[in-house]
Amino acid sequence: MLEIHNLHVSIEGKEILKGIDLKVKAGEVHAIMGPNGSGKSTLTQVLAGNENYEVTKGEILYQGKDLLKMPTEERAREGIFLAFQYPIAIPGVSTAYFLRAALNEIRKSKGLEELDAMEFLEFLKEKIKWIEMDPSFANRPVNEGFSGGEKKRNEVLQMAVLEPKLAVLDETDSGLDIDALKVVANGVNQLRAPERSMIVVTHYQRLLNYIVPDFVHVLVDGRIAKSGTKELAFRLEEKGYDWVKVEPEKIHG
Amino acid sequence: MKKQEFQIDREYKYGFVTPIESETVPRGLNEDIIRLISTKKKEPPFMLEWRFNAYRRWLTMKEPKWPNVHYPSIDYQDIVYYSAPKQKKLLNSLDEVDQELLRTFDKLGIPLEEQKKLAGVAVDAVFDSVSVATTYKEKLKEFGIIFCSFSEAVQNHPDLVKKYLGTVVPYSDNFYASLNSAVFSDGSFCYVPKGVRCPMELSTYFRINAADTGQFERTLIIADEGSTVSYMEGCTAPIRDKNQLHAAVVELIAMENAQIKYSTIQNWYAGDKEGKGGIYNFVTKRGKCVGRNSKISWTQVETGAAITWKYPSVILQGDNSVGEFYSVAVTNNHQQADTGTKMIHIGKNTKSTIISKGISARFGNNTYRGLVKVLPNAVNARNYSRCDSLLLGGQASANTFPYLEVENKTARVEHEASTSKISEEQLFYCRQRGLSEENAVSMIINGFCKEVFKNLPMEFAVEAHKLLGVSLEGSVG
Repeated sequence: MLEIHNLHVSIEGKEILKGIDLKVKAGEVHAIMGPNGSGKSTLTQVLAGNENYEVTKGEILYQGKDLLKMPTEERAREGIFLAFQYPIAIPGVSTAYFLRAALNEIRKSKGLEELDAMEFLEFLKEKIKWIEMDPSFANRPVNEGFSGGEKKRNEVLQMAVLEPKLAVLDETDSGLDIDALKVVANGVNQLRAPERSMIVVTHYQRLLNYIVPDFVHVLVDGRIAKSGTKELAFRLEEKGYDWVKVEPEKIHG
Repeated sequence: MKKQEFQIDREYKYGFVTPIESETVPRGLNEDIIRLISTKKKEPPFMLEWRFNAYRRWLTMKEPKWPNVHYPSIDYQDIVYYSAPKQKKLLNSLDEVDQELLRTFDKLGIPLEEQKKLAGVAVDAVFDSVSVATTYKEKLKEFGIIFCSFSEAVQNHPDLVKKYLGTVVPYSDNFYASLNSAVFSDGSFCYVPKGVRCPMELSTYFRINAADTGQFERTLIIADEGSTVSYMEGCTAPIRDKNQLHAAVVELIAMENAQIKYSTIQNWYAGDKEGKGGIYNFVTKRGKCVGRNSKISWTQVETGAAITWKYPSVILQGDNSVGEFYSVAVTNNHQQADTGTKMIHIGKNTKSTIISKGISARFGNNTYRGLVKVLPNAVNARNYSRCDSLLLGGQASANTFPYLEVENKTARVEHEASTSKISEEQLFYCRQRGLSEENAVSMIINGFCKEVFKNLPMEFAVEAHKLLGVSLEGSVG
């Protein structure tokens, strides 16, 4: 599904990612953990195609294709979805309108027929119920006046509607209370599928109690300092990030 | 990093010229020309007198210099004040309208023939200086509604014209209104009798065709007690290098419990990318809520014209009357707009709402100018105003000039304003969901305009959406 080789990324001349290697197979859930400023969000933004980040070295293969050559919207149409850490508001554009336009773009690129407003609304209502949101959600402008929790739910809702092949969740747990966290995690879990891969970025181990990953990677200072299974997350929770911080020196030093 | 310059999509589809023989008067303006226009229209003496009064007044007036727009001075003696397609004989029905004219309106999306005409919309089609056809006249007559060209109204309903003409916008009102009053050649007239809800949308389509000609038309709408009417107007013109003047006057009169909803989509030729050519759209529009509980609502989408100067206003005279102004003004390339409204609160418990959305792209210059005036007797007057500006690109500009004159302590007047840009984050978010950049920008702009668009009649809302399509000019910076 996804192969990242020796990825180096800079923003405004400052190197953030300093050689990332990562392989994600279909159906796998990878968690990426790490302290603030370690480059977690940068990785998600680069995967999604944010042009403010400059890839200085390395390559990313997505379904065998050179991902870095694809513009953002093409990546989305090919099945890459980013659940944003800070989803932005689009005043005056209803969630239903926005999502229908997005879904139809994706369908069009696959040669599928576009959904009309009525068909889509039925479909959306189901999904809204599924993520335990109020039906009025469909008519509210995208993310405008949403609480933190609503924004995160909206991201998971969008993911459910757009049915991506590779979902990248950037700190979807931040700012959620425990009940909201459960709803969101439950939603994500239901979207797990053999043909769908996920990269779950989080600062805290807490989320991984609910979304159990197949692999855990610890990102420190722009490099993957440690990889392992879900047990790695528990050890991190116990010992803190300082525990892994010394090790990269040994590996690379 | 990639830098994008946005541009409102302007492939102007209406820029063609109709090859038709016209009857024109000599260039320039004087009393003879005015007399000639009046004679051509077979007007009763009171009309000619009114025109002369206006003209004499106009001679003493100066072109307003306060608007935030810039253009070389206009030579009023270099304009043709009357141009009409030649008609071989008097028309008895639509079937006798020149085929070339029918084709023109067809091309503009306004079919006039009986079998093709728009369902639910009665259209008065104005071509240069004259109205060439009005649809559904007979059907409206069954309801007692008079909907016809202004010239016909002068012939057939002189009493109504005499009674109401100039009662909202007097001939002495302002430079352009006075000019219009002196030379206006046609326009639409509508009278909705007591208690009648007009069963269809009424509309006028204005088309400028002839070169070097000004269009000066007048619209007068009277909604009698307890009646309601929804009226729409649209306008287009050919692509030409030289600027052309369009100076219209619209007067609305709402009696007790009457409601008038007036919607405009203005899509005059805007000039080219360098700012050459385009229509000067200098228009006076005003409504008067004469009776209690009456309501006048203006909705305008101003996307065309090189320069727009207009302030659709409401005089809230009747107690409990309501005035509304919803506006989207787009200035692209070198377009300039100075537009807004005046809400004059006279009666008690009068309410007004102003929602203005300005969008500027490239070198566009967009000014909102509005006055909320509360007179001493207007107890409990309420106003809410909001003016939002959206800038696309670094060279575009937006200004807001709200004027408040409140002379009653019980009045409550609120004003909010904002200026924003489409953020990179918004675009990235949309693109991450699979939308192209163009679609994302169009969506964001349409979202920005939503509060205004939702007030448009259905037919117009679709049109407005289309007009705000966006194209991008990418450059690497």
